[in-house]
Amino acid sequence: MKFGIVVNEGPYQHQSSDTAYLFCKAAIEKGHEVWRVFFYHDGVNNATRLTEPPQDDRNIVNRWSQLAEDHGVDLVVCVAAALRRGIRDENLAKGFRISGLGQLVEAGIQCDRVVTFGD
Amino acid sequence: MSEEIKKFMFVNRKAPYGTIYALESLEVVLITAAFDQDVSLAFLDDGVYQLRKGQQTKGIDTKNFSPTYRALEGYDIEKLYVEKESLEARGLTEEDLLVDVTVLSREEMGELMDEQDVVLSF
Amino acid sequence: MLHIINKSPFENSTLDSCLRVAKGGDILLIEDAIYASVSGGAFESKIREAIGKFKVYALQPDVEARGLSGRVMEGVTAVGYDVFVDLVATNENCQSWL
Repeated sequence: MKFGIVVNEGPYQHQSSDTAYLFCKAAIEKGHEVWRVFFYHDGVNNATRLTEPPQDDRNIVNRWSQLAEDHGVDLVVCVAAALRRGIRDENLAKGFRISGLGQLVEAGIQCDRVVTFGD
Repeated sequence: MSEEIKKFMFVNRKAPYGTIYALESLEVVLITAAFDQDVSLAFLDDGVYQLRKGQQTKGIDTKNFSPTYRALEGYDIEKLYVEKESLEARGLTEEDLLVDVTVLSREEMGELMDEQDVVLSF
Repeated sequence: MLHIINKSPFENSTLDSCLRVAKGGDILLIEDAIYASVSGGAFESKIREAIGKFKVYALQPDVEARGLSGRVMEGVTAVGYDVFVDLVATNENCQSWL
């Protein structure tokens, strides 16, 4: 089955991006496809490569990048939400791309299920 | 692109201004209009406050986005549903809202949610 | 339909809203919503009532993280992320009650 995922909250502040990531991992392990993860609202903060968590903490941003690299997951950051919050191509982590809200609607059309993680 | 038309529902349960969710939800709704899908908006709980008439936002230096709900018709988005109990619990009636809506009982709202292909809530 | 809830019922009315409006199906409690499933807690009777209409699940890693292993009330099924995925796949649609 083809999944679309929406992440509405920033990393570290709220559990939702951890939950979304663990859901994606589990879905892929079960043989499903995670077609796209769409980052919206403060969720766009998952995409900044300037993130530097303490050494003993998980690196949420790199974890997403790795997921994109290992499984071809399309990580899309909403442009309007990103510009509002200072996320631009210059500080975008590997595997993410900035695009329009149409990408979220497209995920709704193309995927069998869309699951939202937020506050 | 797929020719299939899906049922999209946007569930609004949060009040405007206190957080950005209502505004950014509306931005998705406007984009979805361009995809020729079957779009409904559901307002329940504090989400009904998004539709309250007479919003004046000068004093909080924030854009008043409530007129956009009236513009939705021009985008062929005409299915606006409000849950009755949420409205009543807040002392509001249809006359307090800035746009025409269909008021649904909780059972009707639950049925409608069940029929959707994609339910987005922010 | 799968209803996903992530708020503690002690500080947020999301669970109540879902139980009031949703027609039936599955409810999955994740993140802080797992507090609704604690046996002997204030929400036990509400969840018990819901069990007639819904099948209720709690995400076990969230239960464990919050020190509540073994405290999930009878009638609520503790599940892992694999079953979370199955619930999304087997239900025709899902809704996160944010």
